[in-house]
This record gives sequence, structure tokens and C-alpha cells, in this order.
Amino acid sequence: MASAIRVWGIVAGMLLIASPGLTAETPKPGGTFTFMIPADAPPSFDAHREGTFATLHAVAPFYSVLIRINPDNPSSTTDIVCDLCTEMPKPTDGGKTYTFKIREGVKWHDGTPLTADDIAASWEHIVHPPAGVLSVRQSWYMMVDTITAPDPKTVVFRLKFPTTAFLPALADPFTLVYKKEILAKDPRWYEKNILGSGPFKSPEYETGQSIKGVRNPDYHHEGLPLLDGFIGIFAAKQATRIDAIRGDRAAMEFRGLPPSAIEELGKALGDKITVQTSDWNCGSMVTANHKKKPFDDARVRRALTLGIDRWRGVPALSKIADVHTVGGIVFPASPLAATKEELQQIAGFWPDIEKSRTEARRLLKEAGAEGLSFELLNRNIDQPYKYVGAWLVDEWSKIGLKVNQRVAPTGPWIDAMRRGDFQVTLQANCRSLPNPLLDIQVYLPGSIFAGNYGFYEDAHEVELYERMLHETDFAKQRALMREFEKLVIDTEAHENWLVWWYRTVPHRSYVKGWKISPSHFLNQDLATVWLDR
Amino acid sequence: MTFATPTPTGTAAVTLDDFVPPRGVIALSIRFFRRQPVGAIGMVLVMFFGLGGIFADWIAPYNPTANDFAAMTEAPSWAHWLGTDQLGRDLLSRILYGARTAFIVGLSAAMVGGFSGLVLGVGSAYFGGRIDLFLQRILDIFMAFPLIIMALAVVSIFGTGVQNVILAITIPLIPRCARVVRSSALAIREIPYVDAARALGYGHKRIILRHMVPNVVAPFLIMLTAFVGQAILAEAALSYLGLGVQEPVPAWGLMLQGGAEEYATTAPWIAVFPGLAIMLTVFGINLFGDSLRDVLDPKMRDR
Amino acid sequence: MYRYIINRVLLVFPTLIGAAFLVFALMRLIPGDICLVRLGGGGTSFTAQSLANCHAEIGIDRSWIVQFIDFVWGLARFDFGVSMWSGKPVVVEILSRFPISLEVALIATLISITIAIPLGTISALKQNTWIDLLVRTFSIAGLATPSFWLGIMSILIVLDLTQAIFGQPWMPPIDYVSLWQDPIRNLSIVMLPALTIGYRYAAVSMRMTRSAMLEVLREDYIRTARAKGLLEKIIINRHALKNALLPVVTVIGIEFAFLLGGLVVTEQVFNLNGIGRLMVLSVQNQDYTLTQALVMVVVTIAVLTNLFVDLMYAWFDPRIRLN
Repeated sequence: MASAIRVWGIVAGMLLIASPGLTAETPKPGGTFTFMIPADAPPSFDAHREGTFATLHAVAPFYSVLIRINPDNPSSTTDIVCDLCTEMPKPTDGGKTYTFKIREGVKWHDGTPLTADDIAASWEHIVHPPAGVLSVRQSWYMMVDTITAPDPKTVVFRLKFPTTAFLPALADPFTLVYKKEILAKDPRWYEKNILGSGPFKSPEYETGQSIKGVRNPDYHHEGLPLLDGFIGIFAAKQATRIDAIRGDRAAMEFRGLPPSAIEELGKALGDKITVQTSDWNCGSMVTANHKKKPFDDARVRRALTLGIDRWRGVPALSKIADVHTVGGIVFPASPLAATKEELQQIAGFWPDIEKSRTEARRLLKEAGAEGLSFELLNRNIDQPYKYVGAWLVDEWSKIGLKVNQRVAPTGPWIDAMRRGDFQVTLQANCRSLPNPLLDIQVYLPGSIFAGNYGFYEDAHEVELYERMLHETDFAKQRALMREFEKLVIDTEAHENWLVWWYRTVPHRSYVKGWKISPSHFLNQDLATVWLDR
Repeated sequence: MTFATPTPTGTAAVTLDDFVPPRGVIALSIRFFRRQPVGAIGMVLVMFFGLGGIFADWIAPYNPTANDFAAMTEAPSWAHWLGTDQLGRDLLSRILYGARTAFIVGLSAAMVGGFSGLVLGVGSAYFGGRIDLFLQRILDIFMAFPLIIMALAVVSIFGTGVQNVILAITIPLIPRCARVVRSSALAIREIPYVDAARALGYGHKRIILRHMVPNVVAPFLIMLTAFVGQAILAEAALSYLGLGVQEPVPAWGLMLQGGAEEYATTAPWIAVFPGLAIMLTVFGINLFGDSLRDVLDPKMRDR
Repeated sequence: MYRYIINRVLLVFPTLIGAAFLVFALMRLIPGDICLVRLGGGGTSFTAQSLANCHAEIGIDRSWIVQFIDFVWGLARFDFGVSMWSGKPVVVEILSRFPISLEVALIATLISITIAIPLGTISALKQNTWIDLLVRTFSIAGLATPSFWLGIMSILIVLDLTQAIFGQPWMPPIDYVSLWQDPIRNLSIVMLPALTIGYRYAAVSMRMTRSAMLEVLREDYIRTARAKGLLEKIIINRHALKNALLPVVTVIGIEFAFLLGGLVVTEQVFNLNGIGRLMVLSVQNQDYTLTQALVMVVVTIAVLTNLFVDLMYAWFDPRIRLN
């Protein structure tokens, strides 16, 4: 216990030292920045078809996007700014049309100019991909009707219906802008090749090893990038990454390391290490297979969530796993999220755990499932899946449930979930830019949202969601959200939301200019990073 | 029937009965330990962990799977002799219960692998011809096939869990055992008396069981002891790669995975003690196996 | 003799085909497929259409028979296809990772030979003395230590030692450079893993050398040489060692093919971008073509090594040679 206090004291101290320093200095240009990518090798370089950070961390520095979260304020969920456009447009035509004016003088790395045609073609590639082309984000943009470029300086998006979910979706970091000429010739060219208009150029990729880039002197943002170049090294193993930071072989990695790593680095390096933390737009959830008895009974599902002591368990778990905040289905920092008081009304979040557990046992008895024993399907990854799994088994044993884990590697795990070959599964919901209206789609029945593995139908829930999506008045939308939340994780307990993950990124103190955000997909183009040495 | 058979020191007269092992296991054991003190040390080490595993329910101070978030990564102290791991579980208890898992996996894999290999090897040698050719090809395939991929596939198809881990470890042991058994059995096959025995009307079963098998018993037993050690190491390696036994079952290899590496600099005891347990147990098994070989190897017996 | 050689060589082919079939079947029996890993691995969702597109693109929607014929036909033409994960030719994927595994394996073998043969010989000569006991303990300990644990401990020890002595913790570089580009950097990456594998390898070779030497030393002709008054050194070098080396070289040769098991785990510990790690990755990603190719490479090496050893024995066995 004393050692834990000491550690958090050190961390707090480091944060105190670090925070004023981040904003008040003059950036020094130059130097090569070495960082690690916590993966083995990206499946392809095409961000439109991949969902993994391995691809994004490797290629984002070479590309530009239309709009993005403000790199100086990336933890905001609403501060969206232009990258290739000149200013953020106000929607016209009853909120259904967005007209973007594009910057002048932006050049591709091969010297040719970038125009609105390129942007329109890239977005078509994402939203209306040609046959045989994979675009994994297609369903997020179901509200988009047409995308046109009436002249080389203008891009127009027309929506089917007005919604506040559009702009945040447009700011998704995976929506890189590609060259129209290339897409027209070969829509799959970008899988193995890189050609962008971003802060870095001349990519050099060594299979499974590293990716390098050098400064683009013609970058359209004045004075950027500050670095001369970067090297991204692929290092899937956590211990390697920690040792590398410790031995200064690399300055940082962008995904996040667990508390043990922070403690170790802090002890070894003192103030040579700065730690940035943020809530993560990812979290763990438990899904019960409604097709398997007794999980078709809402009482059993409610008992599962009532039996878990989130308020006390999570702080303890946070010492060893990447978890931190107890919250409802909406990202905690979003204005749509529930307050603590509202949360405490929901099953599983009651302040009195004994009361909660008694109720759980009562429900189980009523449903005839007392002393139930079942199997929890889990993914074969430590952070935080296996830790959370171990915690859940322990918690459920306190309401008399005998649970054993079936751990599977990624492929078989997803396959088992898709085929419904499980009783209860632990999964994650990981999104990028916090966009609550789209992020909660995971709670919709499988017939609507492909990533839902609960195998249930609920017309009332879907109707609520549609109303929320189309609601333009914020207060009304928030009220609908509370209703939706209560239905989904309490009354019907279709899903069991456990905890929000926590992003802790330690880096060498000489790295400046990068600010943490709620998603490891955001703010990765490295244009503002500089080295203080 | 008696035959003259060459030995390093001349010729000796042997009968079929010389190929049957001597009786009296206890007398044999006592004689063994007196002549082979090193083997005795090995046996002691093995018994230490073996008995620890058997009596774990009584000796272990804590429940090995009970999380204790108030006592995470504590250094060895009077409360926890070997310290605790990252979930607050007592290491000494986990090592004791882990011995149980280690021996279950090790002995099962060695037994199943060994006896399957014995059957296949003796059958292949005895029947010869096309059966031999066919079996040898199958065994060749499994011997050349990388263990890791086999284990990964077995675990992905059948799931993790102690039985599947045992299956994954047993598969590569079978062909190795069969090979050794086959070459020992072949040595008997070549001696003309087998044909003579058949001519006299002795059945397959009698010849195999009374004469072929006893001759392969020595190398077979030595292989078995080696297998137990190898199986324990294989389980450790598989668990390290995340393919072995799963949480919360206490197993030495599993204890070295994930958390141990993460906490290696801040809480080294999490990684050191399970590794030491593995090393000492396999060390003991190897010492014992070595002494067994020194005793059973017929070439040494004549000195 | 020639009949024996031809027979023996022909026997290689059923083994190879059997292995091809085994890996093909095993991989496809694993539930799920590469498209699921790729699309769903990030925790995000995907539509059934995306999945179908992916399947069609990679070709795993065809029937198993078609895929198997494709595979075997490709093997016959030495065309290993493209990796399903990255789309690059399998040959490129494997060759780019081969150098570091080969280097580690070779240095490990070198280390093991340099340690094992002298120590094994001394141990045999001084049988049952304390030197013998020490060497035997050393070698048995080498067999008993899990190599990945040894690897973890060695990284730790180096890290802590350098921190204590130099104030700066040292760890090997994480980006690979080839031996020709920068020998010092390259060796600093490869040394620890090679030592870790080499220790275990040396243990096996040490024991083999010792027992082979012991057997040879007991032979009649050695006794005769001693009785004739020949110098011990000449006896050892000219007679004993030469004859003892045959089984030792056999073991080293066979164990080299099984070095792969050690490589897989060691490359995980030291995060080396080698063949061993590629194997684990390709199975985890359910990349059929890559896994199949890797298994065929490994099996071929093992089978050819066995073939070589068998032929060598046949050459030295007059019963077969003079047939």
C-alpha cells in the first residue's frame, strides 16, 4: 500500500513538472524522432480498409485529412478544426448540406496539386466503395447521400437527414485523403503503397521492422513539421517497448502502457520520463448470449451486472490493468454522459454493494438459476482482457456463480462470438474520436449492427435510438440517452458495460508538442512534435 | 534354447530368459540408491515437489486462486514466504499447486506418449515390411512437423485446458519414443531365434511380450523419465506463449507469462520462483534419469 | 548401395506430401479465419459484406479441394504464393526474416561446439572425478532450464548491472542491422539470444560427446594403443576423438533442425524479427499460405537432414556399402 502511494506520488510529481513545460516553450526544429508501434506488421497501408492502429501509426504522418480534432486540444470531444479545408462550415439546407472550401497550394508528395476532386474521390472510396473494394467504415456514413466537387476548391456533402453525429464522423483519423488519379487507375494501390500530402514524405518500409519518413518542406501548414524525420519501429512485445524506452532506444509508443510499466520507468528514470494520461474511448463489456438458457431471462442478465462491485473493484484493478473510470455507456467526458448521481440509479452502479448482491441472488433464485455454473469466453490478451476476466470470475463467485474461462486467440474468439458458440463473452468496444451517437451502436441488435453478438431483438430499443439520432435539441437528446442507457444495461440488461479503459502514455521528457487524446488513433501525424535536446 | 552371443569381453551363453527383467522392485530400488547417490539426490528433489503437489491442500497457506487486491506484488515476507503476484495471490501456494499441474501434465504426457510409442515401435519392428514402412512415414511426418505450429493449432481447434495441452505435448513425443523402441526391438528381430520360435509355433503375443518388450524396457524407461522433464518444459514454453493452461489454474509456465515479464524489474520474485521450481524439478528428473541409464544400460552392466 | 540411396531418397516424398496435407488440414480446422482477425481484431465492427469481400479477395471461399490442389501444384513449381496478411510474396516475407534467425542459430551452434567438445572430452577422460561432476551438473542444469526464462533473466541482469555500474541501463538495439552494415551493433543484438539457445544446445552436445568418448575409450583398440605405450594426447586426438565425433556430429546435425523450437520462444523473449516469430504470427493471423510455406520449409530441412545422416551411416556401414 505504501509503495502504491509512493508510486502515484512520483507520477503526480512528474505530471506537475511536465504540464507547464508543455505549453510555455519555444519549439526547437530538427532531429529524428524514434517511436514504437505495438504490433507486428500492418496488414496493409490502406487506412480505409483497416481498423488497426498498426496501419494508422505507420502511415498517418504521410497523409492529410479533411477535418480533424484540434492537435492542440485533442482531448476535447467537440473542438474540430480544418486540415485541408479553410474553415469549418455551418450546415445549410436544414442541416443537410455541408460545403467545404479547400486550401490553395496543397501539393502531393510527387509535386502535383491537390484539389477538391481528390477529396471527393477519397470520400467516395470510403462511403460508396466500388465493388470488391473493402471499406470498413462504410456503415458509419449511412447518413451521407452524395459527395460532389462542383469546382476544384469546393467539396459538398449532402446528407439524407440532419444529425449531430456527422461532423465527428467526418473527423475520423482513418479517412486519409488519396489521389483521385491513382484511385481511378487502381482502387487498391494504397494497400501496398504510400503517397500523401502530409507532413512527412519518402516512406521507407522494412517488412515487420520499421517505417521511416523525412520532413516535407512543402507542407501546407506554415512552420511544420518541426522534426527532420521519424522512425517507427514495430515492437509487439510490451517488455521490449518498456526496455527500449528505459534504454533510450526509442522515445515512446502511442498506445498506452499498464501501471506496472509506469512504475518501473518512474523508478528507473525519475524526471527523464513524462507521463500523460487520459480516459480512453474504449472499454470492456460483458455480453450474454440471449439464445442460450438461462441467459434469455432478463433477471439472470441483471443479476450478472448487479453482482459486480465496480466502484471498489475498478480502482484496485486500475493498479495492474489499463482501466480506470467507472461510467455508463457514453464516454465520460462527453456532455451526453451520465452524472455520478444518474449512474448510481442504474443496476450494477448502486453505491451499496451488499444490497446489490442480495438483489442479484434473489433474482437468480427467482429465475431458478441459483449456483449457476457457466463458461466465460475471453480473448487471449493480457491487457486488460485477462485481468478483467480474472476479476469477473472472482466477483461472480461472490453471488454463488461458478465461472470458468475459455480463452481463445483472436480469430477463434471472433468466430465463436459470430456463431453464437458461447454463453457469456467478454469483449471490448473501441472507437476513435468520441462520437457517442455512433459509438453506442454496439448496443443495437445484431440485425442492425454487425458487431453485436448478443443475438437478441428489441424494436423499442431501435426506435429509441433512431429518435435520438434524429433529435437536434441537445436537452431532449440527453433525456433520450438516459432512457436508452437504462433500457440497455439495466432493465433488459442486454449488455453489461464494465469499465472504461485508461490511456497512460509515458514518454521521454525531451519529446514535446504531443498531447494525449481519448483515442490512440487521434493526433498521429507528428507534425507538432519536437525534441528538446 | 541357449545361444552364444558376443559381448565386449568375449562371448557369453544366454538363454531367452536372460531377456526377462529381474524381480523385486523394492530390492532393486534400494540397490539402485546405494550405488547411485546422484540419482538419489535427483529422486529427493522430485519427491520434494511431487509430495508438495500431492499434499498442497494441506500445506499451502493460502488459496492459490484467491485475488487479494490489497496485497499486490508484495515482496517475500513472513506473511507470504515467496511474495505475492500482481493479483495478490500467494506465490508459495501457487507453486505448490503448480507442482500438481506440472506432474499431472508431465506424467500424463510421458505415459501416453511413451506407451503409444512403445506399441507403435514394437509393432512396427515386429511386423516389418509394408506396415513398418507406412508407420515410419507417418512418424517421420510428425517428427519433422514443428511442435509450435502443432501446439498452436491443437489449442486453437480444441481450446485451451489441461487435457488439450497434454494432447499437444504428447504428439511429438510419440514418434521419438517409437523410433528408439523400434531400433531396440529390431535388434531382437534380427536374432534368428525369433524365426525359430515362430517355427516352433509360439504365438505373436508371446514372442512380443515375453521377449521383445523386455529388451526394450531399459531404453524405454530412460526415455520415459526424460519425457517427464521435457513435457514439463514444453508446458512452460506453451504457457509462456499463451497456449497452455489458462487462468486461474496455477501452473508454473503460466506464472511466468504476462505478469512476470511485466513486473520483472519491480517484482522479480514473480518470475524467479516459478522458473526455479521448473529448473529444480527437471534437474532432479534428469539426475534420476541419468542414474537409471547408468544402471540399466547393458553395456555398462558387465563392468 | 545405389539401390539403398535411391530407395531412401524416394521415401522423402511421401513424408513431404503427408506434411503438406497435415498443415493444410490443421490450419483450416482452426475456427475463424484471417478476415475475422483483420477486420475484428481492433475491437471495431464490420459488416457481413466486408467479410464476404475479404474472403473472395483472398480466395478462401473456394472449396478445400481446389485450395489444396492450388497449394500442392504451387509447391511443385516452387511457387509459394502470397501471404494472406500482407499481400507480399511469401518468399519475400520469409527471406527478409531469415538472416537473423540463421545468424542466431549459427552463433549458438558455434558457441555450443566450442564449449561442448572440449568440456565433454575432459569430462569423459576424468570420469567420476569432481571435474566430471561439475561438467555434468552444468550440462544437466542446461537441459533443465527453460530457455525463455533464461532469456528473461539475462535481459534483466544486463539491464540492472549496467544501471548499477554505468548509471545508464543498457539494452540491445531494437532495430535490426545486418552483420555487414554494422557488425558491432548487429552482434550486440544477437549475442544474448545466441547465448541463451547455445547454452541448452551445448548441454545436449556435451552429454553426447561425453558418452561417445566414454564408449570409444573403452574400445579394444584404445586399450591396445595404451598398452603399446602411445602418448595419451596422440591417442585422444588421432583415435578417440575422430571416432567419437561421428555420433556427436549426428546429434548436432539433428538438433540443428530442432533448434527451431528454441528459436520460436527466444525470438519472442528478445523481440527478434525472425522465422520463429513469423511462425507464431502466421498461425495467430491464420495466414494459411504463409504458415503452409513455413512448415514445408522446416519439414524439408528436417527431412533432408535425416536423409543426410542416414546416407552417412549407410556409407560407413560396410554391410550396405559393399552390397
